[in-house]
Amino acid sequence: MRARLLLAFLLAATPAFAVLPSEQLADPKLEARARAISQELRCVVCQNQTIDDSDAELAHDLRVLLRQRLKAGDTDQQAIAFLANRYGDYVLLKPPFEAETLLLWLGPLLVLVAGGIGVALYLGRRRAAAAPAFTADEQARLDRLLKEDAA
Amino acid sequence: MKRLLFILPVALFAAVIGAFMLGLRHDPSHITSVLIDKPLPAFALPAVRNNQGLASADFKGEPMLLNVFASWCVACREEHQMLLQLKQQGVVIQGLDWKDDAADGARYLVENGDPYIKAGNDVSGRTGIDLGVAGVPETFVVDGRGRVRYKFIGPIDADDWENTLKPLLQRLRSET
Repeated sequence: MRARLLLAFLLAATPAFAVLPSEQLADPKLEARARAISQELRCVVCQNQTIDDSDAELAHDLRVLLRQRLKAGDTDQQAIAFLANRYGDYVLLKPPFEAETLLLWLGPLLVLVAGGIGVALYLGRRRAAAAPAFTADEQARLDRLLKEDAA
Repeated sequence: MKRLLFILPVALFAAVIGAFMLGLRHDPSHITSVLIDKPLPAFALPAVRNNQGLASADFKGEPMLLNVFASWCVACREEHQMLLQLKQQGVVIQGLDWKDDAADGARYLVENGDPYIKAGNDVSGRTGIDLGVAGVPETFVVDGRGRVRYKFIGPIDADDWENTLKPLLQRLRSET
């Protein structure tokens, strides 16, 4: 009974949407672009949310402003630049690739390379340890056999 | 060699923890302003009170503070006494009443005292957005040529004034 009640509640629950119907543009294509862009922009009030997610009043203002820009004919890049020029690259959830963000972008690669070198060194050493050197007798015999083979 | 292999992960772990601890001291709400060393974006706002409004052209001649406030902002009340004291010391402070009804802003200034030379009302918040305002209070330090030189986030207390804003204003005054 309790499980069924819980299920009923779960089914009745709908996800909360920050984007209000009154904000949305009539043109579905434009609205889709606005949604896509606002999912790439950080809300400066609730910083781990996008302006698409955030219920902050400033996020609402920025969503409306973004839609105004798109309606006025801005490209996606221009609309994003409009906000980045005011709040900085910090609002871009996909930061640009430049000198300041070099470590951010290349850091994982650096760790991978360092780890790879470590693993290679370890495996190399283990192989060297697993195969002990030939004794002088064995080496002489091996040389003889190889020579016979070559002949 | 064996010892090095043991020490290396420990050292790496300590470095990561160190970086995290530094991160704890960093306040993420302090976003660097993109306006630093750039002129104020152009704006002309209606008055909060019965006298004149505030325009970007008002920032010239001497260094000034541009204080962003609102009647609904609790931290602004905390800061207000400090601003009134600064006004008495002769610091030029201009006010930007952000996302607020002019009537509410005016009442706030009547009830708490008015530290501003001029105060402009930005009811839509658009001018604030042009300035990159994320919340209130924020205070911009603008030099005698109308360029933003510093942005202070949060309420100014006596320490902030003595250690940060006062020396900066003195330096800017000697520039002009």
